[in-house]
Amino acid sequence: MTETEVTKNPGGALLSSVRMARFVARGSLRLDAVVPDEMNAEALRVLARGMAPVPYGTPVSQAYAQGSFAQRLLELPQVAGALYSLVGGEPAIDHHAVHIREPHGGEAQPLHADAIIDVRQDAFDVQLMYYPQDVTLEMGGTLSVPGSHLRRTNETDTGRYQNLRGQDRLVCPAGTVVFLHHGLWHGGRRNDSDTVRYMFKIRFAPRERQRLLWDTADLHDPRVRTELDAQFPWYEQAAGRLERYNRVLLWRELTGDAAFDLVDPWVTRVTNRPAAGRPAAGRPAAGRPAAGRPAVENPAPATAPAPARSEEDAA
Amino acid sequence: MTLDTTPPVPVLRQRVLVLYLSTSALDSPVVGWSRYDGTGRTSPTTGDSDEPPYETGVAALLDGWRLIQAAQLIPPYPGGEYDVSFLKHEFVFEQLVDMSAADGSVTG
Repeated sequence: MTETEVTKNPGGALLSSVRMARFVARGSLRLDAVVPDEMNAEALRVLARGMAPVPYGTPVSQAYAQGSFAQRLLELPQVAGALYSLVGGEPAIDHHAVHIREPHGGEAQPLHADAIIDVRQDAFDVQLMYYPQDVTLEMGGTLSVPGSHLRRTNETDTGRYQNLRGQDRLVCPAGTVVFLHHGLWHGGRRNDSDTVRYMFKIRFAPRERQRLLWDTADLHDPRVRTELDAQFPWYEQAAGRLERYNRVLLWRELTGDAAFDLVDPWVTRVTNRPAAGRPAAGRPAAGRPAAGRPAVENPAPATAPAPARSEEDAA
Repeated sequence: MTLDTTPPVPVLRQRVLVLYLSTSALDSPVVGWSRYDGTGRTSPTTGDSDEPPYETGVAALLDGWRLIQAAQLIPPYPGGEYDVSFLKHEFVFEQLVDMSAADGSVTG
């Protein structure tokens, strides 16, 4: 994904549909080095001093003083555009926190999702994570598991999982901002370097319905389906299909398109409930056999035509 | 003077390996892994490697790990057939290490 796929608008750089679909599949969105160097240098001083808490539910425009570091961070066009695309205008602050990992100190966090189990299928919160320094592998950048956000698990109950194929151990340039779906499995890794590592996190809750809030000019781009069909290496063979099923449901909510499905119709197939009566085109005339079929004295109850089986079922 | 021929008492500690597999078959690919070391000689932790120690569960058996538990196959709860949650195919292995042996050898 390149930055050229982000469309500029006066309110910020809204996400494209392709990029939004990528978020729905992965549960995260990464914006590399979008915060300028001078702000990153300022952040190290601001974060070291700590940030005063913001009461739960405060609208973002009332949460931070005009001209404050946090306010300017959220007004950066790419940050503002992504935030609007994901949770709409004037989201509420859930909480924020400064995370500091001392050199050679602390332990890795167990893999977890924040707060408590949250199975909303028609809404989601996002967590902004801002990294003011270059983060190396040794500094223990955040571990996250792509595509884990729709798993129904509670907080650290996933702590037994140390490593999953395709996991993302964050290594990034200074000024990187990452947005996470509230359900994404993640955790701070052990800092094995000589450098203190800083991260600033803000959780946002939507205050408007999350539907078509991004730049939808490319809504029917074939790459939308390609992104939504992503398979991640840690998925079990069978559960990987259910992941697609659940992504389709989320995309339907975000777009209002109740008939949306992937090339392999995971949701359509298992929700096929025909109304009474046969489709007129396939109904034989009474007392007269249809071509190639004998007349039936007492026709069986109406049934739907069997959907074509997928080649993927050969797996 | 009598010669003491009693063999030394082994001091056993357990190493545990948990493998998460792609299907319920023990020879299917590894998709996740965790290690715990009762000898205290290593301290595996979250996010410490990107490559699994074995490609399949059977590969761990071939390397001497003993399977001590396999996840049950439980049908989905009614109404939750399409939900995704924990990894289903969890296999727990162990090795016993003799701490009294000079080389800290694995005994089984």
